[in-house]
Amino acid sequence: MKLRYLRNVATLRLSAERCIGCGRCTEVCPHRVFDVSEKRARIVDRDGCMECGACAKNCPANAITVSAGVGCAAALIKGWLSGSKPSCDCSCDEGCC
Amino acid sequence: MSNEKPCCCSAGGCCSTEPTESAELITPYDKDDRWVTGEIQTPRGSVPVVSTKLGFTDVLGAWKVRWGIGRMSYRINPGLYAIGKPDHASPVLVSANYKLTFDALRKELSGLDCWVLILDTKGINVWCAAGKGTFGTDELVYRISRTGLSEVVSHRRLVLPQLGAPGVRAHEVTKQTGFSVIYGPVRAKDIKAFLASGCRATEEMRTVKFTAWNRLVLTPVEFVAAAKTSMAVFGVMFLLNLFAARPFGLADFIAYTGAVVTGTVIAPLLLPVIPGRAFAWKGWLLGLLWTLGFAWYSGWFASGPLPLAIGYLFALPSLSAYLAMNFTGSSTYTSLSGVIKETRTAVPLIALSSIVGIVLVLIASLRA
Repeated sequence: MKLRYLRNVATLRLSAERCIGCGRCTEVCPHRVFDVSEKRARIVDRDGCMECGACAKNCPANAITVSAGVGCAAALIKGWLSGSKPSCDCSCDEGCC
Repeated sequence: MSNEKPCCCSAGGCCSTEPTESAELITPYDKDDRWVTGEIQTPRGSVPVVSTKLGFTDVLGAWKVRWGIGRMSYRINPGLYAIGKPDHASPVLVSANYKLTFDALRKELSGLDCWVLILDTKGINVWCAAGKGTFGTDELVYRISRTGLSEVVSHRRLVLPQLGAPGVRAHEVTKQTGFSVIYGPVRAKDIKAFLASGCRATEEMRTVKFTAWNRLVLTPVEFVAAAKTSMAVFGVMFLLNLFAARPFGLADFIAYTGAVVTGTVIAPLLLPVIPGRAFAWKGWLLGLLWTLGFAWYSGWFASGPLPLAIGYLFALPSLSAYLAMNFTGSSTYTSLSGVIKETRTAVPLIALSSIVGIVLVLIASLRA
């Protein structure tokens, strides 16, 4: 069974005018959100997007925007409580030294 | 995503793992490390050769970090390593200095001759480090120059794990170093097939999965963290027992622990089959089933202990909901926007329900 998260929330946007059809986005996307045909990329599964930001970062034409971040509730709540930006460093809880 | 205060692992800290490299040895290593089998000479200096077999200490080490023991110090020195007998034409694979990651990679490379360039990700796996930016453009550019990679190999190609892409701007790396970046498969087990096919990844190789096994190995860390916090809850129960009319006993302990296990282990395991999409909802649903079942089994629906049962029905499912919601951070498919939406709805409900539940349980226990 395929795991799917909430619908209609992803901030991923693709500018068709800027796209040069290089296909880098299809190479890096871990959830097969893009498809390239006739030298143009298009978003085929926006709800599959987890906003990791790999596509936007690697797009040489700057055709993709997404407000990237880590989808972690614990980090968000910690950020709200401490008034800081959410940061996923739960790995440091036990003190690394 | 941003990690401006990298805990206490800053340069010069006690866990800094970058001693000055001697001219002959490109990557310093501990002579006691069993996984280093020798050294290979390059025009730039010698490079440690690494075994593709995992030994007992590697397996034990993996087991320990899965339970959250010494997770942040399970790392190797960044730098260049050799697999087999690589030469100037051999491929260069890039990875992270979390030893669990390094082991997962090298055990898939048997029979290959290649170089492995290890970035300093502060002991964090590739995907998480890419999200934080430590598996990133700057570190990659720095590591290429620091190891003198352009003198070790004659080609100008790097194979990065696909999941490193959120941190690396491939065209920027090429601009700064002359090395082109090819993103390899998501999973290390596909690397041989990927290299053999001339660096072509299938759709399957490019897709992240989250199998029952993937989820299961993540649950011990979740459970251990929740268990630590639970000690405080047990402490409060113990103190309350000093003047409770109905002292907390084994049944209460089981009811509570069951809710914790439901949220940290069962909900993650059953993730795809629980109806709905929000993690908190999934956890709440299972927590409700557990609490209903256990309260019925314990006879708490009789008129006497009924307030207690109602109290637990408010408190325990919301506890499971909260713990399951925290698993969003371990999952491989939740977006930040989605998690913001989920937490904004779930946290107030969880808080309210918990307060009502705790008050009812206290009343039921103290007044009986």
